[in-house]
Amino acid sequence: MDAQGIDRSLARIAHAILEKYGGVQDVAIIGVRTRGVFLAKRLRDIMTLVENREIPLGVLDITLYRDDLTKMRKKPLMAKTEIPFSIDGKRLMLIDDVLFTGRTVRAAMDALIDFGRPRSIGLAVLVDRGHRELPIHADFVGLRIPSTFEDDVVVRLSEYDGVDEVIVMKTSKVKKR
Amino acid sequence: MKLAAKDLLGIREMSVAEIELILDTAESFLEISTRDIKKVPTLRGKTIINFFFEASTRTRTSFEIAGKRLSADTINISASTSALIKGETLLDTAKNLEAMNPDIVVIRHSAAGAPHSIAKRIKQGVINAGDGAHEHPTQALLDMMTIRQKKGALAGLKVAIVGDIAHSRVARSNIYGLTKMGAHITLGAPATMMPMGIAQMGVNISYSLEEAITDADVVMMLRVQLERQNRHTFPSLREYASRYCLNTHNIKNAKEDVLIMHPGPLNKGVEIAADIADSPQSVILEQVTNGVALRMAVLYLLMGGGDDAN
Repeated sequence: MDAQGIDRSLARIAHAILEKYGGVQDVAIIGVRTRGVFLAKRLRDIMTLVENREIPLGVLDITLYRDDLTKMRKKPLMAKTEIPFSIDGKRLMLIDDVLFTGRTVRAAMDALIDFGRPRSIGLAVLVDRGHRELPIHADFVGLRIPSTFEDDVVVRLSEYDGVDEVIVMKTSKVKKR
Repeated sequence: MKLAAKDLLGIREMSVAEIELILDTAESFLEISTRDIKKVPTLRGKTIINFFFEASTRTRTSFEIAGKRLSADTINISASTSALIKGETLLDTAKNLEAMNPDIVVIRHSAAGAPHSIAKRIKQGVINAGDGAHEHPTQALLDMMTIRQKKGALAGLKVAIVGDIAHSRVARSNIYGLTKMGAHITLGAPATMMPMGIAQMGVNISYSLEEAITDADVVMMLRVQLERQNRHTFPSLREYASRYCLNTHNIKNAKEDVLIMHPGPLNKGVEIAADIADSPQSVILEQVTNGVALRMAVLYLLMGGGDDAN
């Protein structure tokens, strides 16, 4: 998928979210670090443009909620969680780049529940590559990519990687993110 | 990125990259303490023993809160309630603690090297929470974190450390840390409180408060350790205060935007005047707030999982 494809997918997802919620009343967007944050910003911008209303945007780092943390000696670098609004009663839309095993989403939901009691949590992802290990599904998907478990599905975004693209590496020769 | 050792025993052994990793991680942990629900599940099911052989409010509470906010179980043992008063040796106590399989042991002891000696003999990670007049690494790290927040960077800063240098593990750890990070340190103390050969640590020495803090970006005042003054290092508290108490008058020697720090507890009117300790330039309470986040970062980074899985 190229830059144009990503733009089209995000535009479609943004409109689908607006359609589902009938606008942006009580809607807030939460991007999961790292690339989910940039996707969340882009979606927010599209939705703001359509509805002409401010939509709260939060950033979530799920590192501390990972289920494999204490099994690693080498810890992933942590970044800040910034949710500058109360999530109580909000309809949250969680945004991430790739949906794979579902463990990140599980961690993100646990993290959000620790911040309050949202009215609902939805999930939008740019890519769904299958191989779920938990009973989790996305409400909005940009692209479904059939992959083997060993493949690497790489999302690159211009804000972070300098280029917009989604590629599938058939072996794991690519350097792991 | 990870810490090289299973333990955090002193700043002396640490690299600049390790110090930066801890400071950066701690910044991310600050936010957790501002939430309504101040807890993350990161260290669920882990056990931390706080073993304090010396009196402590701040450090012990800080470690306990840090552990609890990460969902670890924290157990506090103090010297007066431990079997040491029944005659058990330190090492036997440590071996028995090891047998109960905690994950991290935090130790404060009046003997320099006590945590190191225990760390060598037990498999769990050991954190030095202050050993004699040797090191107090988490205090120095939280001091560096506070300075970095306010000044942006540590390199090139002029830092004055004034007071009871001879008894101060905080001073030693800060000297190791701040010089590694590129700051310039001047120590100020009466000659009786200035240890022999301390200049070899790469610091300037002054016997006057005013001279030591001249043009300083940061002034770190140290507590006169009344409980350790058996060598008669000064004639009276009043005389000490007249020459070494930081007040609104002598602070003018430092830069206008000077940061005033103190590791606590304060002897107000002895080493620091009350109005200076409570002034806008004082970051003494921010040091305490940062301390919790810093210790959360250290516990998080040291909590081992055996071999690298990632």
